Amino acid sequence: MERIICLLVSVFIFIGCARKEQESGIVIWHWMTDREDVFVEFAKKYKQQTGVQVKFELYAPSEIYTQKIRAAAQTNTLPDIYGILGSKRDFASFIKSGHVENLTEQMELDGGKWKNSFFEKVVEANSFKPGNRFGIEPGIYGVGIDMMNIQMLYNKDLFKQAGLDPEKPPRTWTEFIEINRKLKKANIPGLVSGFGEIWLIECLANNFAFNIMGEKKVLDTYRGQVPYTDPDWMNVFELFDIMRKEEIIIKDSITMVNKSAEQLFSNNKAAFAFNGSWCINVYKGMNPSLNYAPMLVPKVSNKYPVRIWGGQGAYIVVNAKSSKKKQAIDFLKWLTAKEQQIILVQKTSNLPSNKEAISMIDPILREFSLGMNYITHPSMWNVEESPEVVEVFSKGIQSILIGEKTPQEVALEVQKIKLQKLKETK
Amino acid sequence: MSRIKDSITSFLFVVPALLMFIVFSVYPFLKVFQLSVFDWDGIARTMKFIGLNNFKNIFTLDNAFWISMRNAGFITFLALTFQNTLAFFLAHIVDSEIRGKNFYRTIFFLPPVLSGIVVGLIWNWIYNSDYGLLNKFLIWLGFSNLARAWLSDPQTALLSVSIIHMWKGFGWGFVIFLAGLQGIPRDLYEAARVDGASETQILTKITIPIMIPIFFLVSILTILGTMQIYDIIVSTTGGGPGFHTEVPITRIIASMLGSSRFGYACAQGIVFGLVLLFISLLQIKLSQNLRSE
Repeated sequence: MERIICLLVSVFIFIGCARKEQESGIVIWHWMTDREDVFVEFAKKYKQQTGVQVKFELYAPSEIYTQKIRAAAQTNTLPDIYGILGSKRDFASFIKSGHVENLTEQMELDGGKWKNSFFEKVVEANSFKPGNRFGIEPGIYGVGIDMMNIQMLYNKDLFKQAGLDPEKPPRTWTEFIEINRKLKKANIPGLVSGFGEIWLIECLANNFAFNIMGEKKVLDTYRGQVPYTDPDWMNVFELFDIMRKEEIIIKDSITMVNKSAEQLFSNNKAAFAFNGSWCINVYKGMNPSLNYAPMLVPKVSNKYPVRIWGGQGAYIVVNAKSSKKKQAIDFLKWLTAKEQQIILVQKTSNLPSNKEAISMIDPILREFSLGMNYITHPSMWNVEESPEVVEVFSKGIQSILIGEKTPQEVALEVQKIKLQKLKETK
Repeated sequence: MSRIKDSITSFLFVVPALLMFIVFSVYPFLKVFQLSVFDWDGIARTMKFIGLNNFKNIFTLDNAFWISMRNAGFITFLALTFQNTLAFFLAHIVDSEIRGKNFYRTIFFLPPVLSGIVVGLIWNWIYNSDYGLLNKFLIWLGFSNLARAWLSDPQTALLSVSIIHMWKGFGWGFVIFLAGLQGIPRDLYEAARVDGASETQILTKITIPIMIPIFFLVSILTILGTMQIYDIIVSTTGGGPGFHTEVPITRIIASMLGSSRFGYACAQGIVFGLVLLFISLLQIKLSQNLRSE
């Protein structure tokens, strides 16, 4: 008898391990710790308004989340709604594998009511155009819940302390160098950013590259038609060498995660930062009296316009295999409607994806929103640099910043890996 | 007949554990080998068979992977020597009749129970060039020329993360050494003292020879633990500056999540596993030889 009981217990344990079938309601997976509270509020409100239960499940940090959705994609256990973290290539791969619903029809209903509520760049980032390089059926596949851009920020109080005009941030590279020299004289550290997270280095270098050689040449480089040893690219690498020589970048910054960099800037420990618009909420939490403003990356050349990375912030998709697709889409329409977007802006200080909510943003966010006129982003380009090349490129810039390698050495290294990747592709 | 029935019943009891072992250990282990010969992004339904190309690339093109292996080797060397010497030295002190030995035991075992991320964040603060404790202390001592950005300087970054790792890890060795030392019969020491042996002679002629199996155990655990260092790297340098603090696990994760090359990451994992296996076998062989001597 005892044996039978033991066996039954074992069987029950196994049954208990099985995935619980969701009885009702929509399940959403996300990684946005800063938005968790407001999401929970939304879930309650939506239940009151429609009777539909929504469950937000948070998985953080983002690396864990990325692994989770990939594993779930393999086992067909993705929730009704989820976010995809990664490049456009990863987004395309999820679509190709049948995990993402094409939302074009819904977006175009009632004369494109839902689609037209978004900023154009948000729709563009979620769209795959005819003839796209991934071979995806043209359409809109994601829903942006906010927007962002990445700019330089400057600390107005530290400017005053150094005898500089706090309303006149540097507009050109020369002004940037001069102002940094003045700050240095006043013992005020220059620029801080989470350059330990190499994508921020890539972003800043890319901003300079667009300004020096223009979009076409940058993208031609990614296509393998222009080498990284080109004089224009050498100029980009040399800017970082100048920053090293002028001691502009705080040394610890080179291996720092962005969270630590945000802490330094919010504690008035650096005059400049390079960060995304999400930082407003972060700084508000760390130091509500921080007196700062965003500024465009200093212009190096007059040949081409300055471009900064921006566009869609977080986006979510509907699981094409979900049995609750209709409910999920209805919820997303509700989530991105003006009323909810205003709440999201007020509670999280992110730029809204809904055009009508933009009037409700606070002054600092409004200044950030001006940067939206200058945005570009890898997700908008029709070519993508290989991640291995990006890594060598960004790590190479780290080496320039610590004085270990010259711009020439780095350019050669990057070109070497680029050629290797081109050969592999062929 | 009843014997067969007993065997079947007993086997049935093992079945749940066996199934779990197969599902969570054997299957993933074999799957890694299967994936290593495919080009796969971790999402797509289809995988492209590429034979041993991933392995070929690791051995011929992936310089960063071998740099990471060398970095992990450096940290392991320091851990094997300095960390374990310190652990043994402290265990030896605590094993003798000193006051407050329980207090020391607790203190020395605190770092290992802390999360690697937390430890990394604490040491970030210590190593910071601007407000870090270490630089402040050096300046206070009059060595301001030594003050630097410890984690961003290529000369000191790897050594700095090694020190964090050793600080966090020495408690494990300490506990194992202490257990080993407490297992040595006290009458051996008393007899040696009666015979006029000095403390150094007792240490070198009695304690160390008896402790040799423990030394090997701690060495193997140190090698396996240190080569797989990850959380401290992520919370301090992220593998930078450049590739100066990259370790095999950061490279494997970079391949897997950074460039979506799951197959390649699996191949890296296999190569790394084989290196660890080789070191462990070498260590066991060495241990057997020493024991037989």
